[in-house]
Amino acid sequence: MAKMTYREAVRSAMRDALRADPRVFLMGEDVGKYGGAFGVSHGLLEEFGPTRIRDTPLSESTFVGAGIGAALGGMRPIVEVMTINFSLLALDQIVNNAATLRHMSGGQFGVPLLVRMATGGGRQLAAQHSHSLEGWYAHIPGIKVVTPATVADARGLLLAALKEPDPVLMFEHATLYPLEGESEDGTPMEIGRAALRRRGKDVSLIAYGGALGKTERAAAQLAELGVDAEVIDLRSLRPLDTEMILASVARTHRAVIVEEAWKTGGFAAEVSACIMEGAFDALDAPVARVCGAEVPMPYAQALEQAALPQPETIVKAVQGLF
Amino acid sequence: MSIHKTAATAGNEREHALALLRQMLLIRRFEEKAAELYSAGKIRGFLHLYIGEEAIAVGAMQALAVEDAVVATYREHGQALARGVPAGKIMSEMYGKANGCSRGRGGSMHMFDAGRRFYGGYAIVAGGLPVAVGLALADKMQERPAVTACFFGEGAVAEGEFHESLNLAALWRLPVLFLCENNLYAMGTALARSESQTDIHLKAQNYNIPAEAVDGMDVLAVESATQRAVAQVRRGDGPYFLELRTYRYRAHSMSDPELYRSKEEVAQWRGRDPISLFDAYLRTQGMLDDAELQTLETGVANDIDWAVAEAEKGGCEPVSDLARDVYGSVAT
Amino acid sequence: MPRLGADMTAGKVVKWLKRPGEQIKRGDVIAIVETDKANVDVESFVSGVLEKILVEPGDERLPVGTPLALIRTEGAAEPAARAAPVAAAAVAPAPVPPAAIAPARVPAAAVPPAAVYAAVPSAAAAGERARVSPAARKRALELRIDPTALAGTGPEGRVTLADVERAAQAGPVAQAAPVAQVAPAARAEPSPADAAAARQLRMREAIASSMSRSKREIPHYYLACTIDMGRALAWLAERNAGRAVTDRLIYAVLLIKATALALREVPELNGFWIDNRAQQSVAIHAGIAISLRGGGLVAPALHDADQRSLDDLMRGFQDLVKRARAWSLKSSEMADPTVTITSLGERGVESVFGIITPPQLALVGFGTPLERPWVVAGQVVPRPLLTATLSGDHRATDGHRGALFLAAVDRLLQQPEEL
Repeated sequence: MAKMTYREAVRSAMRDALRADPRVFLMGEDVGKYGGAFGVSHGLLEEFGPTRIRDTPLSESTFVGAGIGAALGGMRPIVEVMTINFSLLALDQIVNNAATLRHMSGGQFGVPLLVRMATGGGRQLAAQHSHSLEGWYAHIPGIKVVTPATVADARGLLLAALKEPDPVLMFEHATLYPLEGESEDGTPMEIGRAALRRRGKDVSLIAYGGALGKTERAAAQLAELGVDAEVIDLRSLRPLDTEMILASVARTHRAVIVEEAWKTGGFAAEVSACIMEGAFDALDAPVARVCGAEVPMPYAQALEQAALPQPETIVKAVQGLF
Repeated sequence: MSIHKTAATAGNEREHALALLRQMLLIRRFEEKAAELYSAGKIRGFLHLYIGEEAIAVGAMQALAVEDAVVATYREHGQALARGVPAGKIMSEMYGKANGCSRGRGGSMHMFDAGRRFYGGYAIVAGGLPVAVGLALADKMQERPAVTACFFGEGAVAEGEFHESLNLAALWRLPVLFLCENNLYAMGTALARSESQTDIHLKAQNYNIPAEAVDGMDVLAVESATQRAVAQVRRGDGPYFLELRTYRYRAHSMSDPELYRSKEEVAQWRGRDPISLFDAYLRTQGMLDDAELQTLETGVANDIDWAVAEAEKGGCEPVSDLARDVYGSVAT
Repeated sequence: MPRLGADMTAGKVVKWLKRPGEQIKRGDVIAIVETDKANVDVESFVSGVLEKILVEPGDERLPVGTPLALIRTEGAAEPAARAAPVAAAAVAPAPVPPAAIAPARVPAAAVPPAAVYAAVPSAAAAGERARVSPAARKRALELRIDPTALAGTGPEGRVTLADVERAAQAGPVAQAAPVAQVAPAARAEPSPADAAAARQLRMREAIASSMSRSKREIPHYYLACTIDMGRALAWLAERNAGRAVTDRLIYAVLLIKATALALREVPELNGFWIDNRAQQSVAIHAGIAISLRGGGLVAPALHDADQRSLDDLMRGFQDLVKRARAWSLKSSEMADPTVTITSLGERGVESVFGIITPPQLALVGFGTPLERPWVVAGQVVPRPLLTATLSGDHRATDGHRGALFLAAVDRLLQQPEEL
């Protein structure tokens, strides 16, 4: 274990993978000479050269599609899409090709592709750089969706993703890049396992990605108020660790789901429905959601913060259940 | 129209020519049968027929080697047959049977054959182009001398992915052979109604890709142009672009009432039917007579009967296997 | 009728392009068919002679698969031979998939839509259901507690898991459910009138549920005995004389105390039927049936009725009645009774054979004391007579034990000063 930032964790995992497996390469906009829009791939071009660290034109659909083709052709591509909003330009390739090819070909082809992108708000980048659309991707069978929220998970899940036979989308909340923490201990991680970040008996707080930190702060505030909250970090939206969620709710009888995305049709709704289906009789209060306000992300700081879940709004939602 | 003497055909011109004719006939009769079976409700979903365009798949495929890859569109029965995917596997796929080439998961629009590096039919127009670019990238990075042949219609030219893919393939000098089957209609939209530049190969030239227009009704012309192009691509000189001018006689799909073009126009193109043209040419060369043609037709009919029988007797994938092949189980 | 599109189920013949007797080549267009989208050519997939047109052009929508014409194929010599007919577009009737059989819809239209369901009332007052969390509901079921009878402490008066657990701990066995289960008034009812109506509805539902269950599950036996109340009433009158109205006892309190003491002697009647066996309760919590204004009733507990003085019971009784009618009973009072006592005496009823409140084991009923001829020491004399009844659960007790109990009540009431 070593102390590093989330950014360094993603980079070091990629570096490890590039060193270990000649099939691995990275491509995306400004991943090479620029060092990555968020500095994640800084230094990799120097070490691995332009064949394996490939700057692409601003052609999201085609370089993601090329990643699919390269995966079909025996490579282990890592494709970086600068932000999740830009990934919509590649939605066709991700949804119509990456997710379908194995099934559509009757199992003849797989697409072992990792697509990484930054997600989330909180940086005053307004309505075209701040959204949390990972729940959309989690809707799609055929792909896997991971949302590392810690330094250890950033490394562990990236390395796990590169072992997958299928496309994995990794969403890195952009506010996490400077986060410091211990890296993982080298134990291989398995995609699809949630993490219990805090044990508690009164309520299950379920979060992922950028919402985890706020949720943990809310849990600390709740402890002072005499409410013992459990915190679950989903880590993977697809597959979803329903087992851990249901076991937790069976103990606490209450659940609050926290995510930055909009409430309407969001992933929190999926988690909520899972709880209804699997733990109805355990519930002592309706499942609550703390989600982003239903507005395109505004620029002004106060407005943006008001649009995002905050520890205070989480605490309030929890209090409403007792 | 003339038979080019190549290493492959030297001394075997007649045999090679008859093989080309037979493949075109196979596609034609296969598609006619498919239409019939669709009308009978045996084949469902969408069905896009290749009738009229046979010379392209047959001609182009001659230039490809075993290690080369093929990416096609939803109108890909012809490419699949010409690449050697057994007719029975294709027909069974259209029947939705477990013995189909995609285990009944793909249907008419999504034929795959890993053993023949046939990477499938893509039913989002231009959606296959980035994939072809990626396949070529993988081959190049792994230093394999393979070429990826990417078929698409002229309708794809209007999509952003077309331009992105040509640019990226040229920029990275990837071994892609772009094969644009220009049949003049994107579903019902005539080329001139959707493109400001109707000479499509000129668009490719703007990306510094060598490009030419070829008579897509002349199987020999297609064959020789493709051989030229493949040789250049295989040398590592980057992509090549062929605009293959053709026409589909049949409607876009079985549900197309063809309101957008006249019967006279269709009839006119039928006058340049690739099979009739080649048939006539071979007769002038003394390579074909009625008896030989009848032999070919009989053989083709037999192949198709066999394919239909295979599809008829094929088992259905059990519904309990519905969720298989959504994810792989083996870590890589 | 060929299928000319993925979504086509039927079509109309617009025109025949070939006449009977004409030669047809494979690929010839022989007819035009109108689909939902447009007019589409129908080609023949066989060569031969058009033998017969089966469907003339017209407005009739024909399902896919309907034979349109017969074509005699080349080599088929017999015009009428069964082997020869080939439907236009080679559509043989056999392979048409079930989906194509469109006419099936026609008779369906003749059925009055949803007629069967028309009379079913809408789920009345679904929103009026007592608020009980799923977890509380499940736990209450396990504990044999009626959660709708508990005072909810959750948001909007929701009965929570903790409420159920508390109720379970409040009594020794504590699974008792009252005759009527009353959800406590929600904290934020929209209006008093609505709230009252909602409460009434809930109560009726609760009574219906509880009593139906009782009659369904409990094999009742009924006993009655006539008790001479002369001494008891005389003692009561004497005791009340000179007392302030508020301090006076009513005879019902004597009945409660006598019942409670008699249950000590016959404890098999005091308790619950749980898990297929009788579980006696040491404590005797008498559930007192109290009718409410506007209908319905509740039977909250007078706790430890056997151990309390008459004055204390009187106060408790009055308090219960008052609070029952003000809808402010405690959940423990609702959950705790180990037996139910009902007295319709004030209504002039002579006897009442009640229905046991599940999971209790017995219900004791008292009628009105009425002046009746009675034989005392060989003399017919007027005495105030009261009919006491017992409804017993035959799974737990037999008539013999029940008779002992009623005899004990009678005996106790003959010595009111001892109560």
